[in-house]
Amino acid sequence: MLEMLNDPNLRWILFGSILLGLGNGIVGTFSYLRKMSLMGDVLAHAALPGICIAFMLTGVKEVWLFLIGAAAAALAASACTNLISRHSRIKQDAAMGIVLSVFFAIGIVLMTRIQHSEYGNQSGLDKFLFGQAASMTMGDVYALGGTALAVSLVCGLLFKEFKLISFDPAFGRGLGYRTAALEYTLLALVTVVVVAGIQAVGVVLVAALLITPAVAARYWTDRLATMTVLAGAFGAASGAAGTWISSGVSQLPTGPISVLAATALFGLSALLGVRRGLLSKLLLRRRAKRLWMLERQSNGDAGIAAAKGGGSARSIAERGRIG
Amino acid sequence: MSGFWIILIGSLVASCCAILGCFLILRRMALIGDAISHAVLPGIAIAFLLSGSRDSLFMLLGAAVFGFAAVFLIQLLKRGGVQGDASLGVVFTALFAIGVVLISLNARNIDLDLDCVLFGEIAYAQWNTLALGGVELGPKAVWLLGFTLAVILLVVFLFYKQFKLISFDPALAAALGIPVALFHYVLMGLVSMASVSSFESVGAILVVGLLIIPPSAAYLLTDRLGVMLAISVAIGVVSAIAGYGAAAALDASIAGSMVCAAGLLFALAFLFSPKHGWLAHRLARHRAAA
Repeated sequence: MLEMLNDPNLRWILFGSILLGLGNGIVGTFSYLRKMSLMGDVLAHAALPGICIAFMLTGVKEVWLFLIGAAAAALAASACTNLISRHSRIKQDAAMGIVLSVFFAIGIVLMTRIQHSEYGNQSGLDKFLFGQAASMTMGDVYALGGTALAVSLVCGLLFKEFKLISFDPAFGRGLGYRTAALEYTLLALVTVVVVAGIQAVGVVLVAALLITPAVAARYWTDRLATMTVLAGAFGAASGAAGTWISSGVSQLPTGPISVLAATALFGLSALLGVRRGLLSKLLLRRRAKRLWMLERQSNGDAGIAAAKGGGSARSIAERGRIG
Repeated sequence: MSGFWIILIGSLVASCCAILGCFLILRRMALIGDAISHAVLPGIAIAFLLSGSRDSLFMLLGAAVFGFAAVFLIQLLKRGGVQGDASLGVVFTALFAIGVVLISLNARNIDLDLDCVLFGEIAYAQWNTLALGGVELGPKAVWLLGFTLAVILLVVFLFYKQFKLISFDPALAAALGIPVALFHYVLMGLVSMASVSSFESVGAILVVGLLIIPPSAAYLLTDRLGVMLAISVAIGVVSAIAGYGAAAALDASIAGSMVCAAGLLFALAFLFSPKHGWLAHRLARHRAAA
């Protein structure tokens, strides 16, 4: 790790991955609460044809162009998903599956076209499939890191509004907020972080950076602000771990390592999480049981004691379930 | 001749997926297919490492184990209070990542590259032939997929009534004493089997397209399950043929073209289905207004 920090180039790449993880984690919190986690997966797969078309049209590998192409394709994909699920009897999940696979297939067809054509060296486009943080140039890091930072700032500024539409959109509408516009903003932010994250994690797995840190953070807290910060931190840690480990071992793509790091954090959280983790649930259950036993022993009248003790033990258990 | 084998393999893949996909989309589990087709990857990689060959039986077994593991883990997370789609996302990305890491780390020992994982190598599948006692019996993939299709047809034929009832009214099915959970796992097992048999030909991700798109198109064209299964298979086979033609003309990925062809057929069904299509709805509304 220290060696890496001495290399200025790698330092920037590490910095970029951390920012990307941060942005994904923060936006992921809201998309998790809005129950649109898998939309990130759809958007990421759908970005592939956009990247290919941007390359075919211009013939240069420029990260800004790819971002624009990918974002356009992702927007088209979310429009198609809405169109299909609203104007036919196909359900939302099937519509997402259709859009994901058709867009990805178009991307694959275009990519093989590029590989077989005079562009020759396929321009490192296949790096986009699993991500290769080490192939980022300084300019890429600036662009991607800046994007991620901007997204995090927008989330900070719109925190109150996003909180409202995450928990009670109807109430928000009643208060006079334009919830539809806010929802589109959130979708746009998801698109931006996913598209930006593709360079580091790849098309196939970038959704994990959006989903897994948020789910992991949920185990530690019931407060949205804490959860957002935690998810951002988990995302940043996964991005850093992915870049660090994959830069040391040749042939290891960055994406899967980042995803596994995020999954490890998720596993730890599921076991040890203070609010909803497995261990804290077990402890709570044991405490409730002991309390119940104690109350029953200390009270002479077995019948009343059982009723009273049962009541308080149950109230503890219920608290555990809600928390 | 090579065109014939590719089309035959493509059609077999499409048929396996088209049949299972009908039950998946009726039960609103379309994305479970997506999850399973990603999650079988570590199973395939481990079977490869242990057996040292592309022995299909090992791969089937390994994939089935991981397919079940994925379904089980998703259920576990859901019961632990994680939202349904998020638990799906956590599980399948993690398993897919493990598979990719296993393959990248053992790239020298595994004759399986990551491009193949993603979009298959249907053009090469035909050269890997099965020979018994010196007699050439055709590509291995054809036998494997034929076997998978036979199992799927047998199970669906034997338990058609049960699958039908569970697809439309699982509560009633449970009340009538049908073991709903068992059939759920049977369906998931078949999906794992289909994913791994198709894996070499169309890759882990495009399997999803063939699992979801033809059944969805068929769902727009009919209201009867039996007819839906038939139309779904027909659309799958037509996409395989058209996709091969398009790929040959464009010099592009065959599996990708097949899924694109399926997408095109879905778009046609979406627009022009006589009963559930977009145009029919517009016309009906127009007539009602007039």
